[in-house]
Amino acid sequence: MVVKVISSAEAISEAVKRARPSVIPVYPITPQTKISEKLADYVADGDLDAHYIRVESEHSAMSAAMGAAGTGVRVFTATSSQGLAYMHEPVFAAAGMRLPIVMADANRALSSPINIWNDQQDSITERDAGWIQLYAETGQEAFDTVLQAYKIAENPEISLPTMVCVDGFILTHTVDPVDLLSQEEVDTFLPKFEIVNACLDPEKPMSLGALADENYYFEARYAVEEALEKSKAVIEEVGKEFGDKFGRYYGLLEEYKSEDADIILIAMGSICGTIKDVIDEQRDMGKKIGLVRIRAYRPFPKEALREAVGDAKLGVIDKDISFSAGGAVYLDTKASVDNQTTGFIIGLGGRDVTPKDIVEIIEKTENPEKEIEWIGLKEE
Amino acid sequence: MVSVGAAVSEPGSTRKNKTGSWRTFKPIQDSEKCIECGLCYLYCPEGCISTDYQPDYDYCKGCGICANECPVKAITMER
Amino acid sequence: MQDINTNEYLAPGHRACSGCGATIAVRLALKALGKNTVAVSATGCLEVVTSPYPESAWEIPWMHVAFENASAVASGVEEALKAQGKEDTNVVVFGGDGGTTDIGLQSLSGAMERQQNIIYICYDNEAYMNTGIQRSSSTPFGASTTTSPAGKKSFGEDKPKKNMAMIMAAHGIPYVATACVAYPQDLMMKVEKASKIKGPAYIHVLQPCATGWGYDPSKTIELGKLAVKSYSWILYEIDHGNLNITEKPTKIPVEDYLKVQKRFRHLDDTHIEMIQEFVDQQSRELGLIEDE
Repeated sequence: MVVKVISSAEAISEAVKRARPSVIPVYPITPQTKISEKLADYVADGDLDAHYIRVESEHSAMSAAMGAAGTGVRVFTATSSQGLAYMHEPVFAAAGMRLPIVMADANRALSSPINIWNDQQDSITERDAGWIQLYAETGQEAFDTVLQAYKIAENPEISLPTMVCVDGFILTHTVDPVDLLSQEEVDTFLPKFEIVNACLDPEKPMSLGALADENYYFEARYAVEEALEKSKAVIEEVGKEFGDKFGRYYGLLEEYKSEDADIILIAMGSICGTIKDVIDEQRDMGKKIGLVRIRAYRPFPKEALREAVGDAKLGVIDKDISFSAGGAVYLDTKASVDNQTTGFIIGLGGRDVTPKDIVEIIEKTENPEKEIEWIGLKEE
Repeated sequence: MVSVGAAVSEPGSTRKNKTGSWRTFKPIQDSEKCIECGLCYLYCPEGCISTDYQPDYDYCKGCGICANECPVKAITMER
Repeated sequence: MQDINTNEYLAPGHRACSGCGATIAVRLALKALGKNTVAVSATGCLEVVTSPYPESAWEIPWMHVAFENASAVASGVEEALKAQGKEDTNVVVFGGDGGTTDIGLQSLSGAMERQQNIIYICYDNEAYMNTGIQRSSSTPFGASTTTSPAGKKSFGEDKPKKNMAMIMAAHGIPYVATACVAYPQDLMMKVEKASKIKGPAYIHVLQPCATGWGYDPSKTIELGKLAVKSYSWILYEIDHGNLNITEKPTKIPVEDYLKVQKRFRHLDDTHIEMIQEFVDQQSRELGLIEDE
């Protein structure tokens, strides 16, 4: 076992190196750049035999990833914020064309005002694209999830692009110990790439990206829905297989002291570390508080969530906002369960979220004043 | 059932669509006059003129380019 | 006919308008490229008429993603083919003038600058024909389109056509050429040359469009010839920096080309003189006529 103290950006790059993609089209954007720089180093040093395309935009990064995936090779790309927004169009097309691309997103706020710091508005805004979206809490999970993402995406029953989301700066630029599985270990888990579905081959010509009219489009979209639903079981299976091999188990969601809880917080990403600390303190004071951390935001784990929350009061924490409606995770939770549920908007544009804020959220979940609260706003 | 990703696995399958039904005027080739220059073959937007310069009426849309370009007027457009 | 590849790589039954110039360009280009080719299309007429799911007119592998990104998609295809050890497979892109000179210019410039080994073919019908004849930056001066209509205070498009081939030449790529569907041997020679050159090639093909230009579909080739004979469209290649004019017909007045098209029918003598002056200017720049 090789444990290195590294950032999540480096952890992701190390995982990508071990997944051995053939083509990596990337465009720099803060705070993702650390990932593409590391990968460039590996290629420059001959540690990774990949075709690295220095595209002129994120739109072209996703487009080139689609061309390469369509030709039948494993690909990787990474982006963030405005970059993800810019590639919005091919992001949708990649899912519709069922191309098993893996992309890391360093979660960052969207303009305007322009802001390079963390929230999850960028990837949340792509929730309807048809991608699988997995949110990591730590650098270790980011490393492990990239490897699992390939296995999930390339499952022929699924064949969907997969986004691995990590909080910008909070994870990408801070270091933590990460157990870097060896290439040999990874090879026992993630097989060499095999063509999943269609591909461009002069020996067997196919046409990809055809025009489908109203007689076919509806069914093509329903097929994406079915694949995404099916991916729930595959995410669980792959997470279990990973755990059986390497001792770290993953699923659609993580339940932390939620089994007997009266109040359960629901959140995604790195904030869950802070939440867990607060829960430990609250438990010491005799309060039955728990956390359900959503790891797979798409597919949305409705059934698992229903199972996990029992009849507890729910406080759903979002680092995103669908203006005038609420946070996205809150809205999806409301649509999935009948529990008393309150929504909390936190940390937009990198606003610090303190343990005190979490305590306030717990209190307001117990005795709600409003359906949706913005926590941490400065007083006028 | 729509194929995965709506990929089309049958190359050249538009052949199932007989565009000859679009046609108003029909090119008639006079083999006596034809000098086998190949221009009608090259210029056909459908690629439906054979290498012995006979139009395939299943697909010919009747555009008349072949008749217009024939240097010896070996092709006439008829109703 | 002896040297021509008689295989067809674009099947009939496609939904192109009768007399379509774009499909002529593609048929001829694919004959020059052969079977071992992957094609990428930008959104546009060609993509729409050749890929009505569950059918496809393409006999070779073909991919379409969106309007502005065909060059980036092709870059990914090319690198993936290299990774698979298929360096010999041609990667060709077909984009219309909108997908090339307007919305796709950035991704095209990127691919050319990166020296991707792809052949980009612009089929230029001088407007957004697929969406109903709207003006593009490739629409010529004086043309009436649905977004640059001639009217009481307008003579139609009031800017000259973007000189796309020279923009590509400025990228310093090994091969740039102009072509026209009315000159099939010249077009196929250029595509074949492009496929043999390592590195990017750009070929800008003028293809008259009966629907958008307003003429009888039987005249597509005739219009192409008039464009070249009037020097409105000059056929040349720039092979590793060396300019070579490939057709030097006896020059006819530009009016002979304009008057047979509905899109120019509103022009008066002043405008026609202005267009003649543009054409002469371009001919002088390319060394086709002497300075006066």
